[in-house]
Amino acid sequence: MTFPNPLDVREATASRQGSDRAAPSAKSPVVVEARKLSLVYPTADKPVTALSEVDLTIARGDFVSLIGPSGCGKTTLLRVIADLERPTSGQIAIEGMTPEQARLKRLYGYVFQAPALYPWRTVERNVMLPLEIMGIARAERQARAREQLERVGLSGFERKFPWQLSGGMQQRVSIARALALQPDLLLMDEPFGALDEITRDHLNLHLTQLWRATGKTCVFVTHSIAEAVFLSTRIVVMSPRPGRILDVIDCNSLPRERTLDIRESPEFAAIAHRVREGLKEGHSYDD
Amino acid sequence: MSDLTTDPYRTSLRTAADWGLVAIALPTLAALALPVGVRNGAVLGWFGGTMAPLFLIGVVLAVVAGASAPKRVWGAWAELAGVALAWLLPLHLLNEGLDLSAGWGLWLFLAAATLLLWRVMGVLAGVPGWTRSVIVPGLFGLGLLVGWEVLVRGFQVPAILLPPPSRIAAALAANAPVLWDDFRQTVLTSVLRGYVMGCGAGFLVAILADRVPFLARGLLPLGNLASAIPVVGIAPIMVMWFGFDWQSKAAVIVVMTFFPMLINTLAGLGNSERIQLDLMRSYAAGYGSTLVKLRLPNALPFLFNGLKINSTLALIGAIVAEFFGTPVVGMGFRISTEVARMNLDIVWATIAVAALTGSGLYGALALLERVTTAWHPSMRGR
Repeated sequence: MTFPNPLDVREATASRQGSDRAAPSAKSPVVVEARKLSLVYPTADKPVTALSEVDLTIARGDFVSLIGPSGCGKTTLLRVIADLERPTSGQIAIEGMTPEQARLKRLYGYVFQAPALYPWRTVERNVMLPLEIMGIARAERQARAREQLERVGLSGFERKFPWQLSGGMQQRVSIARALALQPDLLLMDEPFGALDEITRDHLNLHLTQLWRATGKTCVFVTHSIAEAVFLSTRIVVMSPRPGRILDVIDCNSLPRERTLDIRESPEFAAIAHRVREGLKEGHSYDD
Repeated sequence: MSDLTTDPYRTSLRTAADWGLVAIALPTLAALALPVGVRNGAVLGWFGGTMAPLFLIGVVLAVVAGASAPKRVWGAWAELAGVALAWLLPLHLLNEGLDLSAGWGLWLFLAAATLLLWRVMGVLAGVPGWTRSVIVPGLFGLGLLVGWEVLVRGFQVPAILLPPPSRIAAALAANAPVLWDDFRQTVLTSVLRGYVMGCGAGFLVAILADRVPFLARGLLPLGNLASAIPVVGIAPIMVMWFGFDWQSKAAVIVVMTFFPMLINTLAGLGNSERIQLDLMRSYAAGYGSTLVKLRLPNALPFLFNGLKINSTLALIGAIVAEFFGTPVVGMGFRISTEVARMNLDIVWATIAVAALTGSGLYGALALLERVTTAWHPSMRGR
């Protein structure tokens, strides 16, 4: 179930030119493809349209942010990709499969708004949880968990319990847990929304380095413009009632390697301006 | 406000004196003017030929030592020795053959000693560690037992109404073989088997009802109904169905414990958060691994709740059921027959065994809960 869209494919290829990292061979350059995707929740008084005719293509290796005010369907879209919600109409393919097939093949790792760590498991055993479910041998589970904890800078915290860690550290554990699955696709739903700005900056820097080092495709839900511009190669601006896509902004004018000071550059300001305008436009529709 | 904070030199009358001690000393002084008891029709005062003055001096010395101790906790221990000495006085007087029921001086003195104990406990309860968690409740219990002993013997309450603890302990020692046989029959045979069957069945049916929603819908109202069933109603029926031996007791226990376990397990299984369930779904985890790795650990506090409620219910159920027919052994049988023979000492001894068994079971479960759910917010940092 693929939907050829030459335009998007060309765009994705172009965005990767100049980058030293080659695309994985024998895999389609398109990871997520949605066409006329709609989702309507039946409620007591009247049905709520969470997503209305959404078209979206996400290329391999991209970092795509979904941004918009609350109720714009950005989380719903992410949950549809993850097969945590079923769309009412339209089509969506993940690596050419239905979301359910993709979920059953464990193609993605999902980072939730809250760390969702199990308090009765130590940090290490939390990271090992998906691997236990996959039936991976104990020695390898431990090796992989240690590797991912080291990657998020939490070596030495393996035997701690989640509630002994700060909020930022807990969220890093949950990222390590998603990475332990070794998915090509990382879905993140406002993972840093509950953290203070200093921790958030720090984790954003960490995340962008992680993304460049691993070459994963990331879909990132946020309501922070600065965060979206800083992290993304593409920004999808959404608007509420009904949830739909207003604008898709390319961030190719920013270098692929991001440091915190690019936030002072004029290119950064220009993209942030365009996102803000897009969000404003979305609001003028309802008010 | 002449607080300690605003008045570092303690110059005001309010802070200069230890008013708590004054409140204790005043009734003690008043007590000195009143008799301590009656011997052979003659009213005896404090200095009527008993050792009472020595006890009085001992208590005063202990209080003085306590008040001048460099640390409040040390002072509390000295005062505690005074309290112990004070409560030994009536035992000494009883040995001397005094009738204490009119010894108002003594009772007033003991009331003052109790106030002193209050003071001591207030200090000790603030000391972290074993003192607070073991010694304070232990002293509290000991205080109740001593009070019971002294009041019952001092006022000559008939043993048929309420024997003093020392008599219950003597009966316990004298009838140990019989009581052990009763314990084995009632607790080790009936209660343990019925408890395991009832709780096990409740747990398994809850797992089933969780998968088959109509079962939960149908069973929960029945649970309310079952909790209202009187034990004395079903016990004779179960004895008719299953005979005199442990099977009928176990059946009563199953009826009593099944639904509390079922309801608690169902509540526990429904306790997982949406986000935790979504996480398992994103890992393509099946029903079994979601149950074992997420929902059962989350249900543990609820499971222990059910198990703890049931531990006392099971004991009550077995004892009551034994009233309606049993082989000639068992705690319920013992109580019913010895009441009829006016052997109240053995009845009380059996009650003591039952109470200790019940709290032992409960305590063991609470300890196990603490070990297995140390991660739960209600247990952290304990």
